[in-house]
Amino acid sequence: MTATTEATAAASMPSAETLGAVLTREERPRRPSALAASLTFGWRAMLKIKHVPEQLFDVTAFPIIMTLMFTYLFGGALAGSTRDYLQFLLPGIMVTSVVMITMYTGVGLNTDIEKGVFDRFRTLPVWRPAALVGMILGDVLRYVLAATTIMLVGLILGFRPAGGVLGVLAGIGLLVLFSFAFSWIWTMFGLFLRSEKSVMGVSMLVLFPLTFLSNVFVDPGTMPGWLQAFVKVNPITHVVAAVRSLMAGDRNTTETIWVLAASAVLVLIFGPLTMRLYNRK
Amino acid sequence: MSAPAIETNGLVKTFKDNRAVDGVDLTVPPGTVYGLLGPNGAGKTTVVRMLATLLRPDGGEARVFGHDVVREADTVRSRVSLTGQYASVDEDLTGTENLVLLARLLGHGKRAARDRAAQLLEAFGLTEAAARQVKKYSGGMRRRIDIAASILNTPDLLFLDEPTTGLDPRSRNQVWDIIRVVVAHGTTVLLTTQYLDEADRLAGRIAVIDHGRVIAEGTPGSLKASIGSGTVHVRLRDGAQRPEAVRLLAAVLGTDVQTEADPVALTARAGVEGSDRGAAEQASRALAALAEAGIVVDDFSLGQPSLDEVFLALTDRPIPEEVPA
Repeated sequence: MTATTEATAAASMPSAETLGAVLTREERPRRPSALAASLTFGWRAMLKIKHVPEQLFDVTAFPIIMTLMFTYLFGGALAGSTRDYLQFLLPGIMVTSVVMITMYTGVGLNTDIEKGVFDRFRTLPVWRPAALVGMILGDVLRYVLAATTIMLVGLILGFRPAGGVLGVLAGIGLLVLFSFAFSWIWTMFGLFLRSEKSVMGVSMLVLFPLTFLSNVFVDPGTMPGWLQAFVKVNPITHVVAAVRSLMAGDRNTTETIWVLAASAVLVLIFGPLTMRLYNRK
Repeated sequence: MSAPAIETNGLVKTFKDNRAVDGVDLTVPPGTVYGLLGPNGAGKTTVVRMLATLLRPDGGEARVFGHDVVREADTVRSRVSLTGQYASVDEDLTGTENLVLLARLLGHGKRAARDRAAQLLEAFGLTEAAARQVKKYSGGMRRRIDIAASILNTPDLLFLDEPTTGLDPRSRNQVWDIIRVVVAHGTTVLLTTQYLDEADRLAGRIAVIDHGRVIAEGTPGSLKASIGSGTVHVRLRDGAQRPEAVRLLAAVLGTDVQTEADPVALTARAGVEGSDRGAAEQASRALAALAEAGIVVDDFSLGQPSLDEVFLALTDRPIPEEVPA
């Protein structure tokens, strides 16, 4: 199999003296802070992207396809022109794409945890949630990338946000923050469910109704009453409303505060649930 | 340091209705290699995972250097390292990246982490492979990077879960050499293995585990004395002479002789406790006795008893067919 590498490696296998010399009994360094440990795990996520760049496909190609598809599919029928529809759709399709991408956090964790490396992480004397927080921090970079991609495609197609650069940045920032919080649902499922496939299945089951039964594609005013009721309580509706208003430049602070509060609640519920499962695994 | 490196009392772990670990008592003195010997599914890995704070015991208690593995898990973690049955490093990352990552998590600064990683890669003969992803490493190299990762901070207690399973003989020898050096520098090692030979070479004491219980415990010497230090395998030219050969071997070796399905084959333990002669001397006497009686022997060998034979001797039954966990 790897006879040649094995041969050279064996030739350079050192003596007991060299080995003994690296076994230090020096004073151990102080354990890193919670933040430092999380950032180190975040660095691991960056390294994984560096070595497996194909995994960026779903944060670039997928959002582009989503944007093009829905703009040209619904634009003419719903708003008279694709350009007019885009002004309404873009913030929503950005939220939909990024929130859908959060499910890979759960899938990634599920495959990762099956490997021995998590055994090592879990026997390290560091802040316990650091491995997971770092992993999600790495995913945050993917969310930023996806949101940026969609914004660029939108601008090319004719999206003209009245909120300007600041409004767009605030919108993306709020969306990324919400997605970070939302990811903790998937870390819980990633630890709880047995296989990658079942994590995928559950994520789809939750994400499809959540993103489609919202105000992303059409004005909820046209829907039957019972559906309007669901759309109104759907958190995605609030995120879309907040991002839309930020990008449009009319600061709807109520929706923004709602999203911030929802994010905090998500982390407070699913963070501890995830950690409970992580410690028991 | 007066507390034992490991001390367990009635340790139990149940998965659904399977008692994977069923009341294990162990005492491991510091500075030694302790072997947990048993077949697949015996509960060795489960014991290690509980001691390494990865699994919560369902019953009994376990202390590492006097610290409870549940209540003082963090203190235990600061003193142990684990090299699992499967590579406990990130296969997507390079050798250097893995060691730097772990060194940083142990609190080393950027510079110190890089230096330490380079130093360990050098010491483990992996400098050339440093920039390669671990998934491209051979089995032996993987084991070495794994052990290197475990001694970034020299641990007081190192768990090695089947460190040589699946390795070629040369890589296995390298791992043995590393273990010897690590112990010589004061680290206690808990080693699980399926090979009696390995436990015999490395461990000061061995516990034989079966169905989650310790069925024998002692030094390799005392264990072998009770089960016989060697096994004699004989193949006769003429199957008709087998009953005569069985009688002769039983008389010379003082043990039961097993006949195999093959009509010309015989197996017997040699060097059993109570006989004043070593296994080799007994075996040569047995061979002479066969020749004297005019029984033609085609093949004759004296080997270490295998785990199968240890089990047969200790439990009077072969290794159970067990689905690996």
